[in-house]
Amino acid sequence: MAYSPHTAADHERMLAAIGVDSIEGLFADIPPAVRAERFAVPPPLTEQEVRAEVTRLAYRNALPRVSFLGAGAYRHLVPAVVGEVIGRAEFATAYTPYQPEVSQGTLQSIYEFQSMVCELTGMEVASASHYDGATATAEAALMACRLTRRERIAVSSAVGPQTRAVLRTYCSGPGIEIVEVGADLAESGSGLTPVERAAATLDDTVACLVVQQPNFFGGIEPMRELVDAAHDAGAQLVVLVEPTSLAVLEAPGAYGADIVTAEGQPLGIPLSYGGPYVGLMAARMASVRQMPGRLVGATRDGAGRKGYVLTLQAREQHIRREKAASNICTNQALCALAATAYLAAVGPAGLREVAELSMLQARHLAAALEAAGLGVRRFSAPYFAEVAISVTDAARVHAALAERGIVAGYPLWDEYPELADTLLLAATELTTDAEIAELVAALGEVAV
Amino acid sequence: MSVAERSGTAAADASGRGAAFASPAPAEELIVVEPLIFAASSPGRRGVRFPSATDTARHAASGQPDVPADARRGAAPRLPEVSELDLLRHFNRLSQLNHAIDLGFYPLGSCTMKYNPKVNEWAASRTGFAASHPLDPAACAQGSIELEWLLAELLREISGFAAVSLQPAAGAHGELTGMLMTRAYHRSRGEGQTRTRVLVPDSAHGTNPATATMVGYETVTIRSNERGGIDLEALREALNERTAALMITNPSTLGIFEDQIDQVLAAVRQAGAIAYMDGANLNAILGRFRPGEAGFDVMHFNLHKTFSTPHGGGGPGAGPVGVSERLAPFLPGPLPILVEGDPEEVRRNAWAGRTTPRARFALEDPATRPESIGRVRAFTGNFGMFVRAYTYIRSNGDAGLRAVSEDAVLAANYLRVRLADAYDLPYDRICKHEVVFSGRRQKRQHRVTTLDIAKAILDHGIHPPTIYFPLIVEEALMVEPTETESIETLDRFVDVMHGIAEQAAADPEALKRAPTTTPVGRLDEAGAARRPDLRFDFGTAAPGAEASASTETGAE
Repeated sequence: MAYSPHTAADHERMLAAIGVDSIEGLFADIPPAVRAERFAVPPPLTEQEVRAEVTRLAYRNALPRVSFLGAGAYRHLVPAVVGEVIGRAEFATAYTPYQPEVSQGTLQSIYEFQSMVCELTGMEVASASHYDGATATAEAALMACRLTRRERIAVSSAVGPQTRAVLRTYCSGPGIEIVEVGADLAESGSGLTPVERAAATLDDTVACLVVQQPNFFGGIEPMRELVDAAHDAGAQLVVLVEPTSLAVLEAPGAYGADIVTAEGQPLGIPLSYGGPYVGLMAARMASVRQMPGRLVGATRDGAGRKGYVLTLQAREQHIRREKAASNICTNQALCALAATAYLAAVGPAGLREVAELSMLQARHLAAALEAAGLGVRRFSAPYFAEVAISVTDAARVHAALAERGIVAGYPLWDEYPELADTLLLAATELTTDAEIAELVAALGEVAV
Repeated sequence: MSVAERSGTAAADASGRGAAFASPAPAEELIVVEPLIFAASSPGRRGVRFPSATDTARHAASGQPDVPADARRGAAPRLPEVSELDLLRHFNRLSQLNHAIDLGFYPLGSCTMKYNPKVNEWAASRTGFAASHPLDPAACAQGSIELEWLLAELLREISGFAAVSLQPAAGAHGELTGMLMTRAYHRSRGEGQTRTRVLVPDSAHGTNPATATMVGYETVTIRSNERGGIDLEALREALNERTAALMITNPSTLGIFEDQIDQVLAAVRQAGAIAYMDGANLNAILGRFRPGEAGFDVMHFNLHKTFSTPHGGGGPGAGPVGVSERLAPFLPGPLPILVEGDPEEVRRNAWAGRTTPRARFALEDPATRPESIGRVRAFTGNFGMFVRAYTYIRSNGDAGLRAVSEDAVLAANYLRVRLADAYDLPYDRICKHEVVFSGRRQKRQHRVTTLDIAKAILDHGIHPPTIYFPLIVEEALMVEPTETESIETLDRFVDVMHGIAEQAAADPEALKRAPTTTPVGRLDEAGAARRPDLRFDFGTAAPGAEASASTETGAE
């Protein structure tokens, strides 16, 4: 074993104390009929050998030189100080804070995370974290079913396809029906969720309307109208938000959202091929007892010292077992810490700069493509930092650009057949004028 | 925030430590160990800065539609405004309030708090991985996909299952995935309506019944026998045409290998049900028992337990699932696949540290597996954990992984024998990687509870075992030492536990005052639940609070 502390003498001493002759004696309880027949794992590697193998694989990734890919995961600056905080072994090598007296670091940082999520979203209570934005959204929809005692869910087709897929998976078990509200994808359409269509879908059997803001195409949804449509039917409004956008866009609490979820990856978490990320969830205090996930609360000890504990645990699996609000146990605590450190590092001014630079470069990008006659905006509605652009012969062009180390966004036509030849391009604060110029130049060359 | 907190009062003095709750200090006099980050905030103070927009960008963007005024945020979020140094000190000080594996012994049963090797962290932070976008064209992500494919191959070999999906984010998420596949399997056979019950032993983790509920199943609890195993008769009685699955942990939460597992599996199969194994305790049986080969249909792995990825204060973990042939069509996707090349050659080359020429990997097209339950999360999984687990498995290799389990089992049995004189052992037999004691003797004779014992352990710089679990053991103390602790550490734990047992007899009141050396003493958990304080109060209503208070939703 690579990390064994035991000498041969230690083994002897322990075996003698136990009173068995050999290690084999400790495995005699495995019935012979089911003992492992094979174990063809490759032989051990030393540190220098394993580093070489990891390096081989890391270098096999031909990372794009220039990328406009977003679609749910975004390339933002991860400040060095964030890596320093989550690299602290006292955070990284602890576990769920079951013993609060020796877990105040983790517990207080979660309380700070909950506070910041509440502040960003304008909501009253936030959970300690979920696996990712998509699972948080699925759990929010199930929570809405419990709150309303209804068993159907309406979801806009302008919610990202991955999120809707996870929602379908989560609902398939208990048999909750999902009805889709088709976004306006017509030629020169808005790309938004039509309020009338949402209203027509909602009735007293629907637990919630699930929408995304900005939506999957970057479009800014008419949230107040959508909230009214949901509430008119007695349904909850669940909104999946992009967290940096909340520096610029209205806080969901202010427009009356009932449950807010987010993919927290943009807040200081590397892309890392899809995870680990962190799901955020916030709600109203009146709904807290149906909320999934851990919660940390402030309290005090006998000597009058302030301290933090896991609280309202009567919602959770280890207490309630089959009556729990969710089965979630281990979540994404260290990623939540990264988001907390990120939000503190950038502050309100920095978060606004990130959001505004991202928005500006997305508009710069769209304008540059339009000016060069290489693409047209597919939708008319205002957008945040991601924009759908129609390009002639998009599949071929996208592949040709990839060969040059440029990823020209996310092809939309597989998931949205109406959006043939349409690419979803994202910008962030890291997107430079030079990268936009390079995309325009390269697209001009391959488009011929 | 209290007055004391605003002024940043430093850590408590020793005088009040260990006082009972009988005379709580008024709330405004709370002593603050480390002020909240918000206390260091000052308007206009900056940490990280970003570049200014260029004139080129501004000019170009000017013709594009702007965010409508009514969609714009009013007041800015009141995030802390702090300098980078103050931020770093705050979190560094907070970190020092934690116990962690890297600081001391952490025998938290069922959680496998083993050493998290540092080379794994080095591996996960390689730029090639960290900057890899989950939706990059496959041609850009061959390294990421190959690593996922290789890890799935290794987990298949370790577990003996036919196929593996890495997607689930944690153990409970793996359970959910397993039960959703179970449900899809029975539906595909026209038994979706009839098979609605999941059998769960009384020793099970709470996640098992909670998972069953999440997929719309009813939980039926099966009692354990006097030896701590599944009562075969009770199992056979409960199994019928309404049974969807049996979910068991093996070795069990008592740390005991199910020595009639072959009969259990035969009975489940005969009833047409699915056999689910909670893989939380895989650390005990590497190279000794392969659940897939033995006849289980599905198991989740906890990469953060068995394969040493850091627990992060409660995640991220990773909970891949392995399945038998009959469940393979239902696995969540997309799976990493080898689209060109011979799998045997790719494995052979990778084990030798070589890239196979012309081998090509991709994420499967979901349309190719229409029976899949779909995605259980947005992308292919907690990839950073996969890099760490792959590094760990390759570092240990076949011999090392076998030795992991041998030493984990050796350490647990050593503690079992060494502590048997001082604490009751309800199931006194060879255990696997963990051993469950009972504090009932201390409770009956000295009115010292397991909670008191746990709190007393804290004063020795050791994290207590898992307590009050499994539920079938009175005053349970579940000890999992893991394979990476030296005999000196184990002996010191034995001395501490003996000392506490002696103190329980000599001075039980002292134990009730424990802990006295930790940053805070026992906390008022009941008060925390009665008066939930779940977020910093800025002194005014939350943004949006007015809107939410005035909106009728028709909900509870």
